[in-house]
Amino acid sequence: MRPMLTRRAVTRSALTLLLASATVFSLGACKGKGKGKEDATGPIKIGHYASMTGSEATFGRSTDNGIKLAVEEQNAKGGVKGRKISLITYDNQGKPDETVTAVTRLIDSDKVVALLGEVASSRSLAGGPVAQRKGVPMISPSSTNPDVTAIGDMIFRVCFIDEFQGKAGAKFILEDLKLKRGATLYNRAQAYSSGLNGFFVDAFKAMGGEIVTQQAFSDGDNDFGAQLAAIRDAGVDFIYVPGYYTEVVNIAGQARRLGLTIPLIGGDGWDSAELANAGDALNNCYFTNHYSHEDQRPEVQAFVKKYQSTYGSVPDGLAALGYDAAMLLFDAMERAPSLDGKDLAGAIAATKGFAGVTGSITIDANRNAAKSIVVLEVVNGAPKFRANVNVGP
Amino acid sequence: MSSQPVSVKGSGGAGGAPLRMLWPFALALAVAAFMHFVVGPNFNGTVVQVLLFAGINITLAVSLTMVNGFTGQFSIGHAGFMAVGGYVAGGLVYYLSARFFDSPQIAFHGGILSAGADYRPDPDHPLPLLSRGDLIMIGSCLAGGLVAAGAGYVVGLPTLRLRGDYLAIVTLGFGEIVRVIFQGTGPQVLFTKAQEMRDTPLHQLAWKLGGAQGFNFIPIYATLFWVFLLASITVAAALRLKYSSPGRAMISIREDEVAAQAMGVNVTRYKVRAFVLASFFAGLAGALAALSIGQMNASAYGFIKSFDFIIMIVLGGMGSISGAVLAATVLTILPEALRQFDSYRMIAYALLLIIIMILRPQGLFGIREVWELGPVRRLLARAGRGGSAA
Amino acid sequence: MSSFLQTLIDGVTVGGLYALIALGYTMVYGILKFINFAHSDIFTLGAWMTLTIAGWLGVQAGGGATGPAAWYVGVGVLVLTMVFVGVVGFVIERLAYRPLRQAPKLNVLITAIGVSLFLQNFGQLKFIFGTDPAPTPLLLPGVTLFSVGGVSIQLVDVAVIGTSLVLMLGMEVLIFRTRMGSAMRAVSFSTRNASLMGINVDKVISFTFVIGAMLAAAAGFLYTLKYPGQLKQTADGMWVMLGLKAFVAAVVGGIGNVRGAVLGGLLIGLIEYLSVAYLKSEYRDAYVFAILILVLLFRPEGILGRATVEKV
Repeated sequence: MRPMLTRRAVTRSALTLLLASATVFSLGACKGKGKGKEDATGPIKIGHYASMTGSEATFGRSTDNGIKLAVEEQNAKGGVKGRKISLITYDNQGKPDETVTAVTRLIDSDKVVALLGEVASSRSLAGGPVAQRKGVPMISPSSTNPDVTAIGDMIFRVCFIDEFQGKAGAKFILEDLKLKRGATLYNRAQAYSSGLNGFFVDAFKAMGGEIVTQQAFSDGDNDFGAQLAAIRDAGVDFIYVPGYYTEVVNIAGQARRLGLTIPLIGGDGWDSAELANAGDALNNCYFTNHYSHEDQRPEVQAFVKKYQSTYGSVPDGLAALGYDAAMLLFDAMERAPSLDGKDLAGAIAATKGFAGVTGSITIDANRNAAKSIVVLEVVNGAPKFRANVNVGP
Repeated sequence: MSSQPVSVKGSGGAGGAPLRMLWPFALALAVAAFMHFVVGPNFNGTVVQVLLFAGINITLAVSLTMVNGFTGQFSIGHAGFMAVGGYVAGGLVYYLSARFFDSPQIAFHGGILSAGADYRPDPDHPLPLLSRGDLIMIGSCLAGGLVAAGAGYVVGLPTLRLRGDYLAIVTLGFGEIVRVIFQGTGPQVLFTKAQEMRDTPLHQLAWKLGGAQGFNFIPIYATLFWVFLLASITVAAALRLKYSSPGRAMISIREDEVAAQAMGVNVTRYKVRAFVLASFFAGLAGALAALSIGQMNASAYGFIKSFDFIIMIVLGGMGSISGAVLAATVLTILPEALRQFDSYRMIAYALLLIIIMILRPQGLFGIREVWELGPVRRLLARAGRGGSAA
Repeated sequence: MSSFLQTLIDGVTVGGLYALIALGYTMVYGILKFINFAHSDIFTLGAWMTLTIAGWLGVQAGGGATGPAAWYVGVGVLVLTMVFVGVVGFVIERLAYRPLRQAPKLNVLITAIGVSLFLQNFGQLKFIFGTDPAPTPLLLPGVTLFSVGGVSIQLVDVAVIGTSLVLMLGMEVLIFRTRMGSAMRAVSFSTRNASLMGINVDKVISFTFVIGAMLAAAAGFLYTLKYPGQLKQTADGMWVMLGLKAFVAAVVGGIGNVRGAVLGGLLIGLIEYLSVAYLKSEYRDAYVFAILILVLLFRPEGILGRATVEKV
């Protein structure tokens, strides 16, 4: 290439960029400028970002339902600090770049005082740094990956972490079911599944159990025949399946068809009313979870009743966690001296023994929630309470 | 093509060459500085964020124009090159920062050019114009671009013999394989484990790119300055290429490959060149995307992502650089403007796409640039006459 | 040995599904020379319509207590699904592709992407299919027909292979033994010559789209038989990946060649299942694409495809 930039070429380049900026400004100008404080008289705005469309939409919608219920309830009680709560939910389509824009927009344009989100740890890890940088507290309802709260002092969660859940699963299998030889089947392309798999295998081996084989599949696979055949040939007592219910139902069906009748055991990703789709294929299967809707505590029964009358279905763990995250936030808002980011984060961090639907929540020094864990047994597609498991931190 | 109204004559005087070489860079710097110091502080964070993505998308669309628009090759693996650049740059910035800055937190160590729109000047600790962190970042981005270019060469050389759709399918396969490979990398060494990070040799860290968990905590260096510097350089490079003799050779391949070969154009060489150049810029854009999101996740870089850029260049008009710039800008802002509509917004987007294709099949500008369109040309001519008279 | 035979059977069953979808890709490519990226969404629609129509007919889903439906209900669901999806295919071609008959190939491709995005997101709406997975209907009892050397042959496998065979033979007859088939081959050879010979090209193209859509719908129906449990929502990546593999099958067999699509489908199904069984299973997608790239490098026209020589 020889240099041949004439004046004309300069004009051209300039014009191109001018054109682009003109478009941007005409579209951007309507959003206006300014970084003023949040309006101190109107309703208090809180933001929720979630995948409301895309392949994980079902998680986002459940959580959003739970949060909406909490907002309604709080407003019926008169709101927080005498002001109503207003919730803004943005869809991120399950994409990291959309997440960054959605969080930025919630903070900079809508001027929310706090954020709730996301379910998937990978998106919390994309949205969290933005909240941290801009000094707005964020509570993740159900990101169980340990790294999420490592982002900084503005990021909290109300669920347990995967390490804890893996340990609880291992302990339940060894002590309650008294099974020692197992296999795992996990989704290697998915952060939640491969993370939980690692924690479970480590914990199970440390407690004296044996993992004979670890089989993996990938996003979009729906045929687990080869992996299940390998597991069958290995002759194990149980299969640990740290996945989402979207996969587990089909895994169970195919396993039973192959003549594998050993129990499948999983984590909170299983929790959904859709487990009923499996029929009796999931009988004799167990999973660790945040709560059981059969729990007779009044908080739980009131929540389940209200949720059922509003949405017509039994709330899953994600809905309960969304509700708890919002309620814990309102509680902290009430206690905080002001709604400023630092004050609010301080108040959230000071939460002790908050009586949530998913149990008593205390925020620890790492901004994680110390809480109890339950094991549910699937009976004809419906999860039934089986045991409480306590493992050390 | 005979109707091309613009003809740039030969090389011009030899003496003026170095100065002219620098022109586009000076212009790009000016644009970047304008965006960073004038636009950034005066607009709200949402607008800045959308502009960042718009700038990155402009780079990707314009670089794809070099392949799809100029040589007429049809690549649907552009996101794959973007992912390569993003992983290389993100990994380097993260692990090198851990080596060079002895702090427990992998934090941002940039200068004034890398300070985001939230930055408030502190008179006691003014940021330098270029810090060590900036240098690490620039080096990492260039490395990302170069590795992507290398990948482009490796993919391009054997496959560019293939025609049209077949090349498209191979690039698609390449993109998917890249995704699977990055998902197979080892777990990221977190900044909380400073000791492990110091003890692991760099070549081992190179494979610890997070796998399925994604690679997180990449410090945010991408600002309007860097993004628009890259975008302007890409646009300038594409423009000069289009009106240079290699560029004309490329366009001749697009128009009729057999005829071009008969005229003595080395078809394979030009195709590979265009492909490598496009991969280089895509890698750089991927690097800046990683540094603006702070995360790399291979599953976000499948062929669906590549479609985004194809849509941009077809909408702008194949081969039109200003068209690609405009379409990239509009298509980045449009979904954001439609965000309130929740589940209906992607339906509206899809319908819009179909309708535009039916009503204006040649895209907004066809192959022409915006200043080559009738009305704009007349306007320019009038302004030019006025200018020379004065 | 028994697990090897089992893998072969699985490979052939899934290969049959790929082949049915690949036929749609290959026929459209043969006639219009463009990759119909919305075809995988037509397949998705077929699977979801199977579920919906079975629901209308009162078939119990998943773990229902009343057991599977009678065989004629299954056939009814298949036929209704094929008809419905065929109509959708006709409408899409009429509204989205026909106006672009003279436009560059790339535009048609973008339109196909637009159609694909539309179908995916439209299906997610609450009053269409929604975003939650839904249980598949119980159309066949899960019985083992017979066992040979430790391999159990199940009714489902026989039904899937049998139905795909019948449909493929039907295609063979349609394309090589009927007037419409000759017209299709003529249009695929040269659109202009065909129209000069008095063939109504638009009609032939419409017909091709409808047939392709119906075959994809049948594949969707068979998919719900082969993988009982639940269907993921329409925008899930698994649908795209299945469609993509079918497309790879079409290319490997020789795109534009109907018999090639069948051969490619079986080949890809077998290769995928054998590699999953004997190599690292999590890289199954990478194997398929590696095969694709190898075939394209050494025999770009595919196994049964015809090399085209460009004339000056």
